[in-house]
Amino acid sequence: MRLSSKDWQTLTFATLALAAAACLPFLTAGYWLTIGVTIAMYTVLSTSWALFSGPTHYISLATAAFFGVGAYVVGYGIEHLPYWSLLVIAGVIGAVMAALVGLTTLRLSGVYFVIFTLGLAEFIRQVITWVQNWTGQKGIYVLTSITEAHIYWQLVGLAALVFLTGWLIGRSRLGFALRIIGDDEEVARHSGIRTARAKILLFMVPGAVGAITGAILAPRYVYIEPILAFTPMLSFQVVIMALLGGTGRLWGPIVGVIPFTLLWEAISASFPNQTTLLLGLSFLVIVYLLPRGFVGLIDDIRARAGREALA
Amino acid sequence: MRAVSPVLSLRGVTKRFGGLVAVNGMDFDVAEHEVLGLIGPNGSGKSTTLNLISGALMPTAGTISLRGTPITELPAQDIARRGVSRTFQLVRLLPSMTVLENVKAGAVFGHRRRWGAEADTHAQAMLESVGLGGRGHLRVGQLTYIDTKRVELARCLASDPKVLLLDEWLAGLNPTELEEGIALIRRLRDEGRTVILVEHVMDAIRSLCDRCVVMASGTKIAEGGVSEVLSDPEVIRAYLGDDDA
Repeated sequence: MRLSSKDWQTLTFATLALAAAACLPFLTAGYWLTIGVTIAMYTVLSTSWALFSGPTHYISLATAAFFGVGAYVVGYGIEHLPYWSLLVIAGVIGAVMAALVGLTTLRLSGVYFVIFTLGLAEFIRQVITWVQNWTGQKGIYVLTSITEAHIYWQLVGLAALVFLTGWLIGRSRLGFALRIIGDDEEVARHSGIRTARAKILLFMVPGAVGAITGAILAPRYVYIEPILAFTPMLSFQVVIMALLGGTGRLWGPIVGVIPFTLLWEAISASFPNQTTLLLGLSFLVIVYLLPRGFVGLIDDIRARAGREALA
Repeated sequence: MRAVSPVLSLRGVTKRFGGLVAVNGMDFDVAEHEVLGLIGPNGSGKSTTLNLISGALMPTAGTISLRGTPITELPAQDIARRGVSRTFQLVRLLPSMTVLENVKAGAVFGHRRRWGAEADTHAQAMLESVGLGGRGHLRVGQLTYIDTKRVELARCLASDPKVLLLDEWLAGLNPTELEEGIALIRRLRDEGRTVILVEHVMDAIRSLCDRCVVMASGTKIAEGGVSEVLSDPEVIRAYLGDDDA
């Protein structure tokens, strides 16, 4: 693989940005580190979500399903296996789940996929609740010595991995195939692209990343309950943040994650009972006013500036 | 122009949609380097036949073989990989991509697969071969109608097809463009490409095709040399209707 000078610039910038982000725990330990963990979490989830949903236009609401399963892998496994191995196991289970969901639904049209993914999280939540009722358990304790700073660093590391994966896919045949599928699936098929396989492979990325994120976050919750681990709010927030930023670029979602997390913190502090309503409203506003997200807005402004410079 | 073994052959190919028989027992061969015209009145099943060959639809009965190997049951993507490439009746380009990237889709994923600089060079060469060498950087939305058709054709050519299926490629062109279009397809013929041409433009059929297969109501009613077929009373009747003929 040959890298152009622009590639080196991109890689250098990304490395510096991630290194700078990794310094946060040295500067603050309280409220702002908590916000930092939330931002890092949504960056990882939204970016990996957009890797699949950006080019294919399939809206996945399965984030909570992967996340919850990852959290429960740590919940059930922490007593028996080393923590690091649980992250790997969570990733593998997430990827396999995504592949199974993909095999059964990605051949169908987008609407079925959305409903199925939303139902998936709810289904797994009900199964775990049922099993727990049966065993007389309500939730499980995750007691570790892992601190907020450790969680933050793991998420920054995972973010680096997600960006690298996205960057590599973007330069690969798979990435090109997905852009063609996103434009016209019929043309893709008649050009010789195995469309179902390409989509399933790519859907495994948010599957693995979602589960690993859940596994990383599990020690933060201390006590895991199905309603917490599989909350549909998570799936919707990931979609909203990714769309707010823009799914057309790898760095798009993060542009949405940072302002939305800060705004959301303020809103949920001031209007704790109206959060769902406000989430719905913000979704409508984004879809109507910023259909291509901040990235699209930036592109438009740039194009206009370019035209004015020419005129 | 006849070669020994056919590149593509259809035997008893039938497609039913519920009670409607769109294509009924089609038999024909396409020899290597041959330009075969597939003609007939509207609704006679020409496009359905093309969709069956390219795998957009699966036949209800019959066999389609490419160089002796059956491809009847294969999905479209595998048929494309084996070297059957098609254009669409309504031009289908990739709107978010540049002209060159559109052509690259063929170069990267078609019958012969390329990547990196090799794919770019090949796509550029194919773009030049259809007369759009300097337009590679444009968005497809900035092209004229005939140029969108050229891009689609270049995408097919970039995949090194063994058989090229052109679905009314000349339809909707104005007289000047039509001349250019016919010249372009004639060049493909001179290069020795194997082509099935679904077409309504009679001038084009006369000047481009080696042979013709005529369809009416889903069945083959004539096959042979172009002038011979076009003077066949049954063909004339199919086109003009019983009473007028």
